[in-house]
Amino acid sequence: MAKVELALQVLTGAEATAHAMRQIQPDVVPVYPITPQTPIIQTFSRFVADGKADTVIVQVESEHSAMSAAVGSALAGARTMTATASQGLALMVEVIYIAAGLRAPIVIAVGNRALSAPINIHGDHSDGMLARDSGAVQIYAQDAQEAYDLMVMAPRIAEHPDVMLPVMVGQDGFQVTHSAEGVALLPDPDVRDFVGPYEIPNPLLGGGASSHGTFAMPDSYFELRHQLVQATEAAEAVYAEVAQDYRRRFGRDLPQIDAYRMEDAERAILLIGSAAGTAKEVVDDLRAEGERVGLVALRLYRPFPHAALRAALAGARRVAVLDRAVSPGAYPPLYSDALGALQGSATTLQSYVYGLGGRDLSQRAVRRAFAELALPAADRIGYLGLGGEDGDGEP
Amino acid sequence: MAMASLKTIALREEEHQGLSGGHSLCAGCGIPPIVRTVLGSIPGPKVAISATGCLEVATTRYPFTAWGVPWIHVAFENAAAVASGAEAAFRALSRRGKLSEEPVTFVVFAGDGGTYDIGLQALSGALERGHRLLYVCYNNEAYMNTGIQRSGATPYAANTTTSPVGSLGKGKAERRKDMTAIVVAHHIPYAAQAATSHWQDLSRKVERAAQASGPSFLNVLATCPPGWGHEAKDSVRLARIAVETHYWPLFEVVEGHYRITHRPLQQRPLEEWLNLQKRFSHLHGERGADLVVRLQEELDDSWAQLVQRDASDADWFRALEEAEA
Repeated sequence: MAKVELALQVLTGAEATAHAMRQIQPDVVPVYPITPQTPIIQTFSRFVADGKADTVIVQVESEHSAMSAAVGSALAGARTMTATASQGLALMVEVIYIAAGLRAPIVIAVGNRALSAPINIHGDHSDGMLARDSGAVQIYAQDAQEAYDLMVMAPRIAEHPDVMLPVMVGQDGFQVTHSAEGVALLPDPDVRDFVGPYEIPNPLLGGGASSHGTFAMPDSYFELRHQLVQATEAAEAVYAEVAQDYRRRFGRDLPQIDAYRMEDAERAILLIGSAAGTAKEVVDDLRAEGERVGLVALRLYRPFPHAALRAALAGARRVAVLDRAVSPGAYPPLYSDALGALQGSATTLQSYVYGLGGRDLSQRAVRRAFAELALPAADRIGYLGLGGEDGDGEP
Repeated sequence: MAMASLKTIALREEEHQGLSGGHSLCAGCGIPPIVRTVLGSIPGPKVAISATGCLEVATTRYPFTAWGVPWIHVAFENAAAVASGAEAAFRALSRRGKLSEEPVTFVVFAGDGGTYDIGLQALSGALERGHRLLYVCYNNEAYMNTGIQRSGATPYAANTTTSPVGSLGKGKAERRKDMTAIVVAHHIPYAAQAATSHWQDLSRKVERAAQASGPSFLNVLATCPPGWGHEAKDSVRLARIAVETHYWPLFEVVEGHYRITHRPLQQRPLEEWLNLQKRFSHLHGERGADLVVRLQEELDDSWAQLVQRDASDADWFRALEEAEA
């Protein structure tokens, strides 16, 4: 395995994402500002203004138009990226569904943020969950380095002939978008070589006369939507293939599932995103105390890696699933997905919600979740940090 | 400017049919002649972008398509944004040497619902950003595709399924908005109103619009037999009456300067327009006499304003024509 040794630069997740975009040099970026995505497009606009990227940026009048312009651009034959968050993602969702249906391989950087009301600019995963059933691929970074790496990998996944779908690259608002840390960027030519040229069948500007976005009646709609299902499912193998090539070339390993100290773990936590860092520290502490605990963090959320998750959790008796989003009146999304993946297995799951609207997940809260896994199962959703950072879930 | 003759348009269609027959638009529908005249009046490659609506539904039932030019439809409210993206892609790929240098014309076809109402924001954004695209509104003055609901383009008093005439209801209670004026307020290089009855006028406007240095807009009145309640055979005649009653004046706005492009020799009475359409049947005869007087006054005011603008811009157009000659 080749290992590229590179100097670290101090960058936020948003800046690291903009660097990935600078290196990829997408043809077109239609975009609309929204916190906490804004530093992505500000940094990238600066690169363009300084001649470091020759992308055509289209400063549209809404996220709805950003995604609409992205579809027009991507299907015209241009590599296209955009970025958004929260209400902006909510406004985009209609067109994300259509982009998936039209098989438009658009990369969408997302600074994941809470949804109104009340309005809140801080991180959680409610916005991403709005697009959960769209057909778009969703991957989530744990830190700025991953935000960069996944952004470099994203076009290869999006544009793979078996996939041809939008790919959303999520990073937690503020906790990743605005937190500076050491990030190692790859050399520009290596990124360009890794990503390769943009090629799609029948582009609008390809000289043919293809019709995109036609009207389907009950005699064909079901089959066409089923093709979308198959494409999204295919993205799991494609993610693995792209991640393997990334590791082979650059020595960085970003498997779809990050299994941390799971070798003999009896109890585990399952989550997505930046909270993995906090959870890993708690796992280390508890391991030092002799407890057999571990962490599983998903990078790939859609398609949901059912078999890989089953394998990762095979030895665990009890698993706390920590969702950073709610589904009022029902179990939250990650828990429901994990339950589906583990049906028939001996592993039992406990549902927790944490971190809505940017509330930090404390180490004490993670410890509490692990401790409760040693008790008899509770038939309810636990709320970590409700009523204060170390709150016990009682408002 | 040399104008495409009917023969030229027909020959262009023979060489390359932009919109073929076999679609399911109604007999007497104003939309197909608009699309064919527009596509036939523009030489060279074109990309068509449609909003959701009659045209999209009736021409692209999977697995068939009536389109002979590259065509895309995404949703109802975003045709101008989709076109913006395609046009940006053209600029980006041309700059990077990935396309031949031949210019491509991006033509949007959207109904009045997709233009006046739900698509207004995307259109405004695209016009403000200055994308080089031709936006054609086929204006049949209501949501016809979903069964004749009132829109911002529906005229005062028109009977629609959501502004029905009843024991209390008197048809649409509000005036139609002046979409062409809203577009002109974006300071785009070219905007115009046209009608299917005057195809040469439409064709000439398309040519001008396609050559504009930025966004251009055509608001074309499109007759609708089921929506307006007129005979299919009266389609062209009715459009002509709309022009000759001053209900739908033909004019163009070049760099903010107004010019009337067709002046009816004699203004027809508004009743001729109303009486051919069932959507105004509650105004036919004595019942609507008072209202017709008021509507006539409104039309006369608008026409007088247009005549005044035309007169004050006459020198500007003379200078333009001299420069072009």
